[in-house]
Amino acid sequence: MKRLIGWVVGVALLIAVPPLMLALGQPFYVDLVRRIMILAIAAVSLNLILGYGGMVSFGHAAYIGIGAYAVGVLGFYGVFSGWLHFLVAIAASAVVALAIGAVSIRTSGVYFIMITLAFTQMLYYLGISVAEFGGDDGMRLKRRSAFPLLDLNDPVQFYYLVLALMLVAVYLTYRIVNSRFGMVLRATRSNEARSRAIGFSPYPYRLVAFVIAGAMCGLAGALYGNHTNYITPGLMSWQQSGDIMFMVILGGMASTAGPVLGAFVLLLLEDLLSGWTEHWQMILGPLLVLSVIFFRRGLAGIFYKPDA
Amino acid sequence: MLEVRGLTKTFGALRASDGIDLDVREGETHAIIGPNGAGKTTFISQLAGDLRPDAGRIVFAGEDVTRLRAPRRARKGLARSFQITSIYPEFSALTNVALAVQAHAGHSFRCWRDARRDAALLDPARRVLENVGLGGRAGTLAASLSHGEQRQLEVAMALATGPRLLLLDEPMAGMGVEESQRMIAFLSTLKRRHTIVLVEHDMDAVFRLADRISVLVYGRLIATGEPAAIRANPEVRVAYLGED
Repeated sequence: MKRLIGWVVGVALLIAVPPLMLALGQPFYVDLVRRIMILAIAAVSLNLILGYGGMVSFGHAAYIGIGAYAVGVLGFYGVFSGWLHFLVAIAASAVVALAIGAVSIRTSGVYFIMITLAFTQMLYYLGISVAEFGGDDGMRLKRRSAFPLLDLNDPVQFYYLVLALMLVAVYLTYRIVNSRFGMVLRATRSNEARSRAIGFSPYPYRLVAFVIAGAMCGLAGALYGNHTNYITPGLMSWQQSGDIMFMVILGGMASTAGPVLGAFVLLLLEDLLSGWTEHWQMILGPLLVLSVIFFRRGLAGIFYKPDA
Repeated sequence: MLEVRGLTKTFGALRASDGIDLDVREGETHAIIGPNGAGKTTFISQLAGDLRPDAGRIVFAGEDVTRLRAPRRARKGLARSFQITSIYPEFSALTNVALAVQAHAGHSFRCWRDARRDAALLDPARRVLENVGLGGRAGTLAASLSHGEQRQLEVAMALATGPRLLLLDEPMAGMGVEESQRMIAFLSTLKRRHTIVLVEHDMDAVFRLADRISVLVYGRLIATGEPAAIRANPEVRVAYLGED
């Protein structure tokens, strides 16, 4: 019940952001919150494999890049259908996640981290090397994804689309992690030997989770490309992967609201501190370290106890 | 039910299993005893599929399972419990057992319905918990159960898979006298209905539960027989029961 109230209040606040900020003459904040929510979708998707599945993927930004490039490349060839953009973004991310996952999930621990990172670095350098799509400099979108009845050039309409998709991603993940499938995933993170002993073969379940997470993050990528209106290989940098991972850890791994909370706190702090001083990372860094030390279960852990 | 031939496993120079031959008959409780370091857990791990033997064959219910990994063997009805408690600490006792039920209820690629309100999993899980005497603790976090209760949960999870053969690795490990007595009483209720391979240190338990006993010393089976015969076996007395 407490959780539900938390969500209702949170969503009400998010719904109120555009009219409030426009009335205050601060349209910048509509953009900022939209960006945060897009990255929150990425964090929610990473939480599925990192928090619930125990798979420390240090290459999740790959799918942001793939999703964004799907929009950019299709537009480059004159295809502007938003449905097609998003479909290709999701499908391409799923296929790449299947390939990366098929190899990396056979490993564990540090090897898993390094392999997922290595794959993403490969994609990053691929992005740099393809001159046609701007190479290192990236490229501007010719046009944003076009939907019937919906105009992504309107910041407010775009904002509400992102909000709706974020809530869908959260709810979908919530259903998945409490289903039989999700229970296999969580149980195996908790005690792999036990899972194997009672008859679960972890590999296929982990792989499917990895693909779902990649596909969901691909959607975030398509939104991000439209958000910035500009696509660069930097979207796939390891710093970006690290940021998403940090949102999950800061907000609370294996919690429904954690990644969203983490995205908001991290990016709002970043915005606040960078407005203050150019050395904002000197302040943000220690703050994050302290928060991880004191809030073991993340920010979400302050509010709720984990369910049994 | 279970046929082991020439099972061998070495770790460096150590022969943890040295050409073990063993037959477990349907319906019997077969105890494996032996001094510390005799290779009992190594043997059980090979039966369960957690360790791959260097040589030898394991035939379970007429099928050669030597090459099958642990999850496949579990789905064929070979369930193990661990000497060192191995449960899901962050889930309730009921969820722990429900997961074991789920592992044997077909594939788990079902992504929508809440598994923890799924009567098809919870009802059998509750019955097993009642059976092992944990009925009143169903909602308790497994991590918060007492050591003895965790040992019971360990056995409950093996049972919930509906096994044809139970491999119990020291189910009484670390239990107090009273808890041990209760566990022995419980295991004796399983005796008739299940085929059991029991590794145990507690001689009292072994002689009360076992139909036959095999003695493992330095990786070799030196004797197999009924409890009375084992007790009288001079080789066993020298090697294990501490007489010369």
